[in-house]
Amino acid sequence: MSLVTATIKRDLVIAARNPGEWLNPLMFFLMVLALFPLAVDPDPKFLSKIAAGVVWVAALLATLLSLDALFKADVEDGTLEQWLASGESLFAMALGKVFVHWCISGLPLTLVAPLLALMMNLPENAYSALFFSLLLGTPILSLLGAVGAALTAGVRSGGLLLSLVILPLYIPILIFGASAVYHAGIGMEYAGQLGFLGSFLCISLTLTPFAVAGALKLNLSR
Amino acid sequence: MFFESFAEFLAMGKHGFYVWLCYGITALVIIANILAPIRQRKKLIEQQTRLLRREKKNASEA
Amino acid sequence: MWEALKRLYHRMGSPKWFYEISAVWLPWFAIPAALFLIVGAVWGLAFAPADYQQGNSFRIIYIHVPTAILAQSAYAMMAISGAIFLIWRMKMAAWVAASIAPIGASFCFVALITGAIWGKPTWGTWWVWDARLTSMLLLLFLYFGVMALQKAMDTEENSAKAGAILSLVGLVNIPIIKYSVEWWNTLHQPATLKLTEESTMAMEMLIPLLIMIVGFYLLFATLIFMRTRNHVLWHERKKNWVKKLIQPEAEK
Repeated sequence: MSLVTATIKRDLVIAARNPGEWLNPLMFFLMVLALFPLAVDPDPKFLSKIAAGVVWVAALLATLLSLDALFKADVEDGTLEQWLASGESLFAMALGKVFVHWCISGLPLTLVAPLLALMMNLPENAYSALFFSLLLGTPILSLLGAVGAALTAGVRSGGLLLSLVILPLYIPILIFGASAVYHAGIGMEYAGQLGFLGSFLCISLTLTPFAVAGALKLNLSR
Repeated sequence: MFFESFAEFLAMGKHGFYVWLCYGITALVIIANILAPIRQRKKLIEQQTRLLRREKKNASEA
Repeated sequence: MWEALKRLYHRMGSPKWFYEISAVWLPWFAIPAALFLIVGAVWGLAFAPADYQQGNSFRIIYIHVPTAILAQSAYAMMAISGAIFLIWRMKMAAWVAASIAPIGASFCFVALITGAIWGKPTWGTWWVWDARLTSMLLLLFLYFGVMALQKAMDTEENSAKAGAILSLVGLVNIPIIKYSVEWWNTLHQPATLKLTEESTMAMEMLIPLLIMIVGFYLLFATLIFMRTRNHVLWHERKKNWVKKLIQPEAEK
């Protein structure tokens, strides 16, 4: 069994034994959603208008929250050095780590979001758009986020820095994701936005692992 | 000259406040951008001079 | 030609050479910069005709557009020198990137704030989520991220590398961000009155704008030289040539 699949398996097992790792982002997601009706207006008509944007913003923040720990443990306990010593490609390693991160943050969010969108009174015909836009969008969030997580893994109080670094890069995904849901809600075509998300996903799948690999090496020379 | 008088030039139609505010802020930012490296350079040289003097003093005492 | 460029590149790698030659070059950039900026500003403020729609508030264009262009190309330059540093390990490139970041951010800030002030007479509010202003705001965020990273790591070399990686990722993202912001903007509020419409500008308005753009670029080059010289002094402070440079001061 190669090192990459072994790491994926190990990380998934760890996540399965520590339900907090994937439950906490979900709970955070739910809480952020609950803030909006309380802070702004619980009127169902109003909520259904802002639902698309709010659900997407909450998903984005929840992903961001779970990113901080992505490489921290591996940098601190020397696992990272073992990877490099093993000669396995860091590119594949980065993809593997991102895949696990998506499995425990993006995927549950995608599955749960349609349920929670009920509370936000999302228009009925927007549910499939919400599901598919999150399905395409959350992997990009994980990929781009991994760059930030790798860059800040060795920094004390890196969490805040991580958000500062990554949030601007998330804007295009937020724009197209939220607009897909919004347009579906008012009965318009949304395949175009999903197409954009899909192409972003392809670009980031091919490019970000290089940046992650480069950034991870920085944590070694310490 | 586009304007008839200096007072008119200052007033800029009704937009004097906005135009002069913009140019003022820009001038401030440019000046700050020029002064910052000059001050930094002064500090750097002072610091290195002090270091060099101390090294020399130590060398002559020893 | 190619050989000459190669020689220049290799010389650029030498901090001492850069420090000496930049002292010669500095006035050749600084004085024209001042001339161009003063001529452009006076021409734009006093001699160019007012816009038939926006009146005199349009004179803000002579700052807003050059700084906006500069802020964007400065980011690209920062990312490219970061890449040179990452690939060829040229330390000078890292110092240039570190010099550009605060300068680019300050021009970005100027573009942003002049755009906001311009918005008041044009749209009646200090802030409108207009496509150009929004992408300028996001560019400023990108600058903040790079500047924060450039200081975050425990060694200077690692900080420079982290900043370079982030600026490269940002460089790939800038066109995507720009495009998506423009797309988002046309969806939500089709602006009836745009701040700038380049194609319809009259000659008498365009010439001072071009002068200002050249002036701001020259100023930018001057500022990079000044800051990079400081970086050279600091990083080479233990070298003999810097000590010799400071010697006369110390003997006083």
